[in-house]
This record gives sequence, C-alpha cells and structure tokens, in this order.
Amino acid sequence: MGIERFGATTVLTTNLDRVVGWARRNSLWPLTFGLACCAIEMISTAAARYDIARFGMEVFRPSPRQADVMIVAGTVTRKMAPAVKRLYDQMAEPKWVVAMGACACSGGLFPTYAVVQGVDTFLPVDIYIPGCPVKPEALLDGLIRLQEKIAAGAAGSAR
Amino acid sequence: MTTTDILWGVLRIVLIFSAVMGLVAYMTLMERRFLGFFQLRLGPNRVGPGGLLQPIADGIKLLFKEDMTVSHANRFWFRLAPAIALVSVLACFAVVPASPSIVVADIPVAVLYLLALSSLGVYGILLAGWSSNNKYSLLGGLRAAAQLISYEIPLALSIVGVLILAGSMSLVGIVKAQEGLWFVVKQPLGFLLFLVCVSAETNRTPFDLLECENELVAGYQTEYSSMKFGLFYMAEYAHILLASCLVSLFFLGGWNGPLLPAPLWLLGKVFFVFALFIWVRATFPRVRYDQLMGFSWKVLLPLAFVNLMVTAALTVALS
Repeated sequence: MGIERFGATTVLTTNLDRVVGWARRNSLWPLTFGLACCAIEMISTAAARYDIARFGMEVFRPSPRQADVMIVAGTVTRKMAPAVKRLYDQMAEPKWVVAMGACACSGGLFPTYAVVQGVDTFLPVDIYIPGCPVKPEALLDGLIRLQEKIAAGAAGSAR
Repeated sequence: MTTTDILWGVLRIVLIFSAVMGLVAYMTLMERRFLGFFQLRLGPNRVGPGGLLQPIADGIKLLFKEDMTVSHANRFWFRLAPAIALVSVLACFAVVPASPSIVVADIPVAVLYLLALSSLGVYGILLAGWSSNNKYSLLGGLRAAAQLISYEIPLALSIVGVLILAGSMSLVGIVKAQEGLWFVVKQPLGFLLFLVCVSAETNRTPFDLLECENELVAGYQTEYSSMKFGLFYMAEYAHILLASCLVSLFFLGGWNGPLLPAPLWLLGKVFFVFALFIWVRATFPRVRYDQLMGFSWKVLLPLAFVNLMVTAALTVALS
C-alpha cells in the first residue's frame, strides 16, 4: 500500500500517515452495488432521514475503480459470488469491505447449498453489521466504526 | 517587454490559476451541500467546521489511492486524456476577466479562442473512452463526441447575437458594452439558448448521457482511478465554473454593479448562475439520447438562427 513506515519511526511518515488516514476516513465512497433487501435499507441510509452524506459518503461511485468501500448488502448466492469477487478485485487499493446483514455475515436464514455462508469465506471483511435487515442507524454505526478502524490504521486488505 | 511586465504576467497567471482551482474544490462541496438541501438532507457537514474540509479530504484520498492503468488500455492516450480535458478548460480562463484590469490576456478575439479551446475538451473525453478499451467507456466517449459537437453549434450561434450588440469579441469589451443595460434584457432568447447549450456542454444532469451510471457504469471515466479520475472531476467543475463566468460576462453585465468592487460583483453573479445549475440538476431527470439530439438539431438550432436574424435585422433597422 502507499503509506508505510521506513525503518525506525520518522516524524514525516507518521504525520503523513495521520493526514492520509484522516483523508481516507472522511472520504469513504461506497460502490453502487446492492444484492437483496439490505440494499433497500442502504438506499434509505442515503436518503433524507438518515443522510449518509453528512460523513461525506454519499458519493456512490458506479465504477469499482473509484470506490473505496464495498458494502455487501444482502444474500450472496453461489451464482453471484464470482461477480462480487470480481467487483472486489477491480477496486483500487486501499479498499474496505462491510458485510451488511445476517446473510452477508453468515448466510443468515438461508443455510442452504445455494447461498454462500458469509462473504468472509472469499472476501477480507472489515466490519460485520448484524440485522435482518440492517437498520439504517446500524449501517451508519458500522461505517463510523470502519472510520475509527481506518484512523487506527487497523483496516484494509493490506493488513 | 521588461522584467516587471513578465513578472506581473506570471503573477496574474498564478493568481487566476489558484483562484480557479480553489473555487473548483469548493464548488464540489457547495454542490453537495445544496443538493442535500434540495433533497431535505444536510449534506457533508462533519469533516471540519461545517464540512469545510470535505474537498481537502477527498483530494488527499484521491492522491493516495492506487493509480490503475488497465493492461488492455492504450497507455499513452489513457494517461494523456485527463490532462487534455483539464488543460483545455484551464487555458480558457486566460481570457476570462475578473475586472477590467485583472485578466491574464485581453485578446481581441477572446470569444473565438474560448470556442476553439472548449471544443478541444471533447478530445480528452473521446480519447479517454477509446483508449480505455472498455465497451462502456467507448460508448460514453462516442456519446460525448456526438453531444458536444451538436450543442457547440447552437452555443456559438447564441453568442453571435451578443457579439453584434457589443461590436467586440473581447470579453472586456463585451462587459463594457453592458454598462447601461445587461444583455439578458436585449437577448432573452439568446440567454436561454446559451444556458441550455452550456449545461449540455458541461455534461450537467439533464444532459449527462456520457456518464449515466444506469446505462454506462461511469461512462468514459469507468477505468480511471485515483488522481486521473480526479483530473476529470476537476475538469468538469472547472468547465462549470467557466460556463458560469461566461453566462455572467455575456448576459448578466459581468462586473458592472454599484458600490461593491468589480471582482465581487462578478463572483456574486457566478455564484448565482452556479446555484441555478445545481437547481436544474436537482430538479430534472436525465433526457433520453434521441430526445437530446433531437432537441439540439430541431429546436435549439432553428431558435438560435431566429434569434440571430432578429438581432441583426433590429440592429440594422435601429442604427
């Protein structure tokens, strides 16, 4: 990843780390991407009552190249999993994954052969948000926790 | 030309350039806040006081994101395209005056220069779409070429009425000709035509067919990440700023106004026009592609000709 420490701690490096961490935390652009009913709650989060825009996250980018965080909103079937994986691979580093809802976390109420039992079986998930479906407040809380994780330098696929 | 002249010229370039880039950054924030208000939301307000650091966070994040060049892209043009898009817009600001004295170059054919350079921006978008070697990008680029060339013609024709009235092609001259009465009063049709064409030229929402996400992913910029994407974004907003400046200079009397200093008047009018563009974006849905082309060729172009004929006839009859 772009920002690393070189040998012993350098003042410049740590400061840059903090500045870049601050910028990344405050400009999390999600990928326009929803799979099931949780996506409706995600849309609601972006709408007037909950307003994800307050945190600078309303820039839902349709192209994975420009998105920072992938909100896996809903049931991932075995048929859909390769497409989700491809979208994740197409995103530019640094990138984060939020598993939204019971299905994305663990397969939820579909313990069947057709449903992936949790997206962490093929994606590095940073934040799990339980709920069926997840309430918009819970999604916002999960995203704020992701911000805290990024600020602490503990998130991202290049851990 | 003495050393002082050269230094003064460089200073003016630096001044205008930094003013434009600063405005571009904060126009994105203004648009996001205003869109929020239009949709009964708040918009970005957590990053810094009142959300004022949001554009800076976005900029730093984009700079430190992975810069991808897809393996099947035509590398040379892929890298050059964002630069063409931004430079062609920034170069236009050389002739845009903020007051009679604050201008990099007050050339007598400023309007021609503007039209020539702003049409160069199409190359940036077209090349970006073509060199990405991606079907969505290519479709976006082709749409851009068709749309921007179609709207260039009524755009140019709608300015000709202003040129006839002002008797000058220099922007300073055009604003000086409006000291008594703004041209929006004498050219109401021209004003509307220019407003519509310019919002099509800048790819604003009723006409943003080259990056409409529900058909083309992100259009011509689908494969761009990091600051290359950021350059397209800046080019788009610089283009909107240029459009707002031109509407104010051509039709709203530029820096003419009582009491306040000239640049402040211009800034106020630019702010007003930009707010109008945001309002339009928050209000109208995207038009269909055939409607877009039909509107340009069947409505705007004949109207522009009528406007030109009436203006010319009246000017001759009254002189």
